[in-house]
Amino acid sequence: MSTAHVLLGLLAGGPRHGYDLKRAHDDRLPQAKPLGYGQVYATLGRLERDGLVARSGQDQEAGPERTSYELTDLGRERLSAWLTEVEPPAPYVSSVLFNKVVVALLAAGAERATDYLTAQRIAHMTRMRELTAVKTRPGASVGDVVAADYAIGHLDADLRWLQTTLARVAELQKEVTT
Amino acid sequence: MSTALLSGSGITKSYGATPALRGVDVTVGEGEIVAITGPSGCGKSTLLHCLAGILRADQGSVVYRDQDLNLWSETSRSRLRRTEFGVLFQFGQLVPELTAAENVALPLLLAGSGRRDAREVALGWLDRFGVAELADKRPGAMSGGQQQRCAAARALVTGPRVIFADEPTGALDQLNGEQVMAAMVQAVREQGSAVVLVTHEAPIAAYADREIVLRDGVIDPSGIGIFG
Repeated sequence: MSTAHVLLGLLAGGPRHGYDLKRAHDDRLPQAKPLGYGQVYATLGRLERDGLVARSGQDQEAGPERTSYELTDLGRERLSAWLTEVEPPAPYVSSVLFNKVVVALLAAGAERATDYLTAQRIAHMTRMRELTAVKTRPGASVGDVVAADYAIGHLDADLRWLQTTLARVAELQKEVTT
Repeated sequence: MSTALLSGSGITKSYGATPALRGVDVTVGEGEIVAITGPSGCGKSTLLHCLAGILRADQGSVVYRDQDLNLWSETSRSRLRRTEFGVLFQFGQLVPELTAAENVALPLLLAGSGRRDAREVALGWLDRFGVAELADKRPGAMSGGQQQRCAAARALVTGPRVIFADEPTGALDQLNGEQVMAAMVQAVREQGSAVVLVTHEAPIAAYADREIVLRDGVIDPSGIGIFG
């Protein structure tokens, strides 16, 4: 589970409490969905149960008492294993884009599929333009650029597929309707 | 929408019996970046060349700041390209006998700047494109990416009103392409220059404010285009 591994990674530099972990997560991964406090504490609870983190102390600076957590040796091993492990490339074509084209051809015909592909291409280009504006904004951090590039790369892959599929709608229709 | 700086209407151009453009209307506003995309052979480079006054359209007009370029002499159009336009092609086309700094300074010298001033400004632009250390190297001693950065610097050095970029990243790897585009876009945004950008790559077209898709020499109103 990725959030757990990110928290293990954030603890690699030394003990931290939940609030601090949430802030560090949101700062370092600004393009990711911000972590909820509940999620942070629930995840820490599971990590503690599994022996990957342990309580390292309490501190109370002008506020409620906070529990700090630190990595255990097992936690350090688990983190290292995760960092070494290659993620499996997606094994199935599960894109809603693909499904929608096939269903449009089955249920409504080639024109509907073409209209959908055209509209989807425009939406993808618009999003790509927005992301490009984010990364070329004066003062954009390397993190902003790298995060935008990740999304742009995926949109580009979709766009290439949208274009080639547009050229193959008629052929595909023959195949799916016979 | 910004005020029209450059506009083409009814642009038609053939190479012998082969039509390349069949009545294209296009408008570029002050400071606007417009991408021209479309499949290979759709006429996008020809359109850029007509808008830049490098090619003369067979029919139609190209109006830059209320002047029809098709009515101008080659000498006047050539002067305009030195002063108000900047051009950048896929392969930088630097002068092989000159150093990077001399290549970038060249448009300034042609416009009447002193040698020392021109070199200073050229060095500033080379720095912007991350190749300041190559100032005294000749193109033969540079990589393709480095040459293209110098060519981009040369296209921008006079602070042109319009930059015409024809597949400016087409010969570069992805990272070099992105870096050249990012530096160029940042510079033109500061200068308020407009850009006419021909590309077949979506991530490059995404640097533009707007996209015009050509297909078989006409604008494709559906904006579908085909990249790659």
